[in-house]
Amino acid sequence: MKNIRIIPRLDIKGPNLVKGIHLEGLRVLGSPEDFAEHYYNAGADELIYMDVVASLYGRNGLMDIIEKTAKKIFIPLTVGGGLRTLEDIKNVLRAGADKVSLNTIAIKNPNIILEASRRFGSSTIVVSIEAIKQNDGKYMAFIENARESTGVEVFSWAKKVEELGAGEILLTSVNNEGTGSGYDIELTRKVSELVSIPVIANGGAGELEDVVNVIKQGKADAVSLASMVHYDYVKKSMVNGSLLKNQAEGNIDFLKFGKISEKIETSGIEEIKFYLKDKGINCRK
Amino acid sequence: MTNEKNKKVVIVDYAMGNIFSVKLACQKVGICAIVSNDKKEISNASALILPGVGAFADAMATLEKLDLVRTIKEFIASGRPFLGICLGMQLLMSESEEFGLHKGLDIIKGRVVKFPAVNDKVPQVGWNQITKPSYSNINWEETLLKGLSEKDFMYFVHSFYVLPNNNNIVVSETNYAGLNYCSSLREKNIYACQFHPEKSGESGLLIYRNFYNLINK
Repeated sequence: MKNIRIIPRLDIKGPNLVKGIHLEGLRVLGSPEDFAEHYYNAGADELIYMDVVASLYGRNGLMDIIEKTAKKIFIPLTVGGGLRTLEDIKNVLRAGADKVSLNTIAIKNPNIILEASRRFGSSTIVVSIEAIKQNDGKYMAFIENARESTGVEVFSWAKKVEELGAGEILLTSVNNEGTGSGYDIELTRKVSELVSIPVIANGGAGELEDVVNVIKQGKADAVSLASMVHYDYVKKSMVNGSLLKNQAEGNIDFLKFGKISEKIETSGIEEIKFYLKDKGINCRK
Repeated sequence: MTNEKNKKVVIVDYAMGNIFSVKLACQKVGICAIVSNDKKEISNASALILPGVGAFADAMATLEKLDLVRTIKEFIASGRPFLGICLGMQLLMSESEEFGLHKGLDIIKGRVVKFPAVNDKVPQVGWNQITKPSYSNINWEETLLKGLSEKDFMYFVHSFYVLPNNNNIVVSETNYAGLNYCSSLREKNIYACQFHPEKSGESGLLIYRNFYNLINK
């Protein structure tokens, strides 16, 4: 029986877990390892680490975070952001990641999907598609955290990455990302019906019903969440102030004042799964 | 002399997939594991783990190129504990239908076949439950699943599954693509599972703990 996966997505900048809106305007939320361990214990099915400014910073910090995490959490860990070569992929896997997520390099050199899936196995290669809906209704793929357009249309690209050997697609609606306005159902459904590999819906969850909708109507095989679960953990941790202790840099005003987007109803992993089960959606308890 | 308290396990390194995750899980439960494709290391190991992710034919070709087929067969024949994971389970079988017909290690009689493309997406990627086969009265307490309950969840990534000739070696079944298939098996000293215990949270780590106890008993 198919079970839907709930996958927290942790955007990482330097040593910090961050969160933005439309992949921009980053806020510091805490240490990624703390959040990862919390989600593991709460019953997350997998985790995604996305190095959001990979091209601008050194990589050693990220490797260190992956190594520390992999020693503590025993669920699949996908790492993405700035991976450019087979050597980069190998290094991330050796640090303890189970899968890698490729976007920019996959668009610039699609053949890397073929090479990487042959060398590391299809199940190790996740292709991330950052989709922006255009005024004419077309969905186009973007790279570099959605800063750069590519001229590549999302649906034909999804089909192509499957043919090249990708094991999964991480599908982000950049329009909806971080807004809490719900997933892009149309986008998700179309891609999911087009390919036989699993599609992870990402971007836009604001309330529990959004998660239900993207599974039932959007046909998502897995759901990635950031703000909804991060802010839930932040709220619960605010009480003892523990999240503030290791913050030395970045925009931490949010942590000091605790203001959370009003559009996002926060929920923990357990609450999400309880809700899904109640709506007749199978998932790991 | 081997330290009785800390017997050495070799994780066979044949460039197929998630070897590091397997090693980390071993470390977590106190298993002293090394990653190697050295014939001597393998022959002298207290126990062997054959992991694997990827294509069946490539994996067999690599084992042959590294000249490990006989080493692995001899190790298993010696009666020491052996654990095959995912592709490492499938390789034990006589043959696989993955992209044409390919010979396996032929240690366990049976075939590797593909999920039918109905109902569910293939590959299966994600968590699924393990249950006792309806046709047997196997006691999990005597297997590596000791301490686990019916319907516990494990993490799977695969398009193919094993179909052993002998039903009695099936330890657990899992339901996907409209059928119940063998998700773990045991034959004498051979243990094998289709799921990834190293990625299956605390339930999966329990299997590694049981493996530790088996090696150190």
